[in-house]
Amino acid sequence: MTELAQERFSLLSLFKKIPFSTRVVGGLYLAVLVLGVVFGFSIATLISASLHFFGVWAIFALANVPSIQSGTGPNFALPIGIVNGLLAMVLVLAAGFTGIWFIIVSSVTALVFGSLSGYLYGRLMNAVKGSEMAIAPYTGFAITAAFGLVWLAIPINHPNMVFFLGDGLRHQIPLDYFGANFILAEFLYFEVFGLEVRTGELLVVFVACLLMYLFFRTKAGIAISAVGRNPLFAKATGINVDRSRVIANMMSTAIAAFGVIVYAQGFGFIQLYDFPMFMAFPAIAGILVGGASKQRANVTNVVVGTFVFQGLIAIVLPVFSRALAGTDVAGVVNQIRMVVQNGIILYALAQMSKGGK
Amino acid sequence: MSRNLLEFKGISKNYSGNQVLHDVSFDIRPGEIHALIGENGAGKSTLMNILFGMPVIHTTGGYEGEIELNGEKVEAKSPFEAMALGIGMVHQEFMLIPGFTIAENIKLNREIEKNNVKNKITSTLFGRRMKTLDFKKMNKDARIALDKLDMSIEEFTLVKGLPIGYMQFVEIAREIDKTELKLLVLDEPTAVLTESEAESLLQAMRNISKRGIAIIFISHRLNEITAVADRVTILRDGEFVITKDVKDTNALEIAEYMVGRQVSIERTSTEAREISDEIKLSVKDLHVAMPNERVKGVSFDVRKGEIFGIGGLAGQGKLGIANGIMGMYEARGNITIDDESLPLNDTRKVLDSGLAFVSEDRKEVGLLVEKAIDYNIMFTAMNIKSEFLNVFKMTDKKKIRRNARKMIDMLDIRCTSERQHTGRLSGGNQQKVCVARALTQKPTILFVSEPTRGIDIGAKKLILDLLLELSRDKGMTIVMTSSELAELCSICDRIAVICEGQVAGILPPDASPTKFGLLMSGIKDLEGGKHD
Repeated sequence: MTELAQERFSLLSLFKKIPFSTRVVGGLYLAVLVLGVVFGFSIATLISASLHFFGVWAIFALANVPSIQSGTGPNFALPIGIVNGLLAMVLVLAAGFTGIWFIIVSSVTALVFGSLSGYLYGRLMNAVKGSEMAIAPYTGFAITAAFGLVWLAIPINHPNMVFFLGDGLRHQIPLDYFGANFILAEFLYFEVFGLEVRTGELLVVFVACLLMYLFFRTKAGIAISAVGRNPLFAKATGINVDRSRVIANMMSTAIAAFGVIVYAQGFGFIQLYDFPMFMAFPAIAGILVGGASKQRANVTNVVVGTFVFQGLIAIVLPVFSRALAGTDVAGVVNQIRMVVQNGIILYALAQMSKGGK
Repeated sequence: MSRNLLEFKGISKNYSGNQVLHDVSFDIRPGEIHALIGENGAGKSTLMNILFGMPVIHTTGGYEGEIELNGEKVEAKSPFEAMALGIGMVHQEFMLIPGFTIAENIKLNREIEKNNVKNKITSTLFGRRMKTLDFKKMNKDARIALDKLDMSIEEFTLVKGLPIGYMQFVEIAREIDKTELKLLVLDEPTAVLTESEAESLLQAMRNISKRGIAIIFISHRLNEITAVADRVTILRDGEFVITKDVKDTNALEIAEYMVGRQVSIERTSTEAREISDEIKLSVKDLHVAMPNERVKGVSFDVRKGEIFGIGGLAGQGKLGIANGIMGMYEARGNITIDDESLPLNDTRKVLDSGLAFVSEDRKEVGLLVEKAIDYNIMFTAMNIKSEFLNVFKMTDKKKIRRNARKMIDMLDIRCTSERQHTGRLSGGNQQKVCVARALTQKPTILFVSEPTRGIDIGAKKLILDLLLELSRDKGMTIVMTSSELAELCSICDRIAVICEGQVAGILPPDASPTKFGLLMSGIKDLEGGKHD
């Protein structure tokens, strides 16, 4: 009797530890899941879709950890990293790499490009201290627009990459021509009770999260989180505040550059031009839903938040399509998805200063 | 019947249990200049806040006692009510609008409206706020107020770009333009002025008081008080000490009353300690741009193993010295340690040179309040010496905990465990954590600023004993900055008094309170005053 009461109590206290924003979005996720089952989806199908979205988005969410920890705030300039990753993939494809080598070589290239751009971006963030969150999104927009010109002018004429007519790279470059689609997704892929597990993707996410966790136990990582928590304390203990912020933003940008490679192989094509423009917001919403604030973020926030948020987005479309099939409003399903996605982003940003509490 | 303009009767005030005023009673006569003096924290500002009805008083539970104005009990609930009662105040920070003319600033919110037909129509249609103003009359009034202060400046000059001294006068002119003004409070009006500006302000004060307006003059400058005031009231630690006619007293006596007998903390050994002549730290012509604590050319030497005290009133620059040397604020000057030059504005290099710093601001600078005790303690040593790391260059929890437990035992930090967040600790224990971090760094020179600020007397004694022990047993050189003269005198070997950003003098701990009081007030050598 008492044991039971104790167990209930501990379950309750465990539940209370879950950030409020996670409970809200998580509750929504469960509701749509139940709705899906009511309309005849197998639960394995729905969770498979959620896992797929989680796998391709988690790295983007993870990219926000160093920038948040350093006090720069969520990396609204994620598109900078993304265009670097895209450039790396385009160059590596043009150089003739295919298959697993495409993934490896483009990842290394992306990390190098990302670090270099991240250095410049970090310097910019130090120059605009105090208004990072106003400057960052527009830095991302500006870079995306500038790279629109790069994609047009880049001297690559691989027939599978350029427009059929005229010069310039296509909006979408299918990776299957290069044998480079689903490389990670199909690595050690297995199915159990209808649940599709893209082991390679999840493994990459796991390793990236582990490395991030370990990094914040090192001297450099601790210095970065001290800078974010209390810059005066950091300064008084001999930490170079500006340098730590630059390192954090280099990491953030490099991780985003790597993230787009995981994303592209997961969907099977590279998207150029306007694609990076609005990638920052869902990524940031993910980590915020997981309980991060604009000054605090950890790996758990990334995993939990991205799973419930992207998981929800992944199943809203099929579930509502079937639920509304045959009714007058069947045509607005995609609008519903947009409302849910942007509504949650808005909610997450509004909760940002409280850290999901 | 009452010949007093204002009477404070048994005023007491506490801020959540902290008694800042205790049963203060004194009176102000019409047309007198009444100086109010006391060390920081003596309760002057609180008393004036009560008089002026500042919201901070009422949101913290009001006060006890009564204030009588012309024999009638008054209680201002807001600054507006105080103004209506004829009480004016000039704050230390100017409240002027730079883009307005002097006249507009003087008449701000008390503008004179034109009384013509057009105004009657617009005000019936759109309300009073739409009336046009009678600038001619406003300028005339402003002129009169300025003339009363012997200010020849044109009333239509913009405030923007005026010298600071003039702004002060504009503030005062605004107060005396109020026809009903009976009492004017000047809170350290000369602190920002040059000598000649201060002189003309004193003259203006005499003119104002001749017109029957009483002035409460808050100042630390004893020579100004003796020059201008009729009577002086001294507060100390929230208690009324004495009111004296200025002609019956002198700067020496006021200084002594202000500092008082320091009996709270006894010096354990009376004889001077043996200290080597070797100079450990030499500071030459140090300037520090710390806001409100500006240092303007400070020089001193600290000998090896010495406890060197830095005292002085708030805002005079004593806190700027340690902060400047540690690179927290922009600094220039020459610092040498063991005859080696110390680079300035680079905290890392300063820490590497064996200096450690316990900041006066525990919560903002001294601690990561959301992190555990052990994490806080190891932080600096980990960062600058790469201690507490394992082979993978990651933090070694075991080593960190072991060190924290050692420090908790040594400093008697009261906590539930070494994993408790520092934000949950009491002030004294937080201070001990800050000291523990500095000690973990194994410094040769330790800077501590306000080590006992906001902590109870028992913890105070412990911290001071600890500093003494470090110096005596470990030969550590300590530079301690404090607002509390008593604690400086209790452990320091020499004490430098800082006034207006410079060293006013260096005294032994057993020098008389009078000497300290005089130096704090910027009187380096009182002519005719006999030193004992």
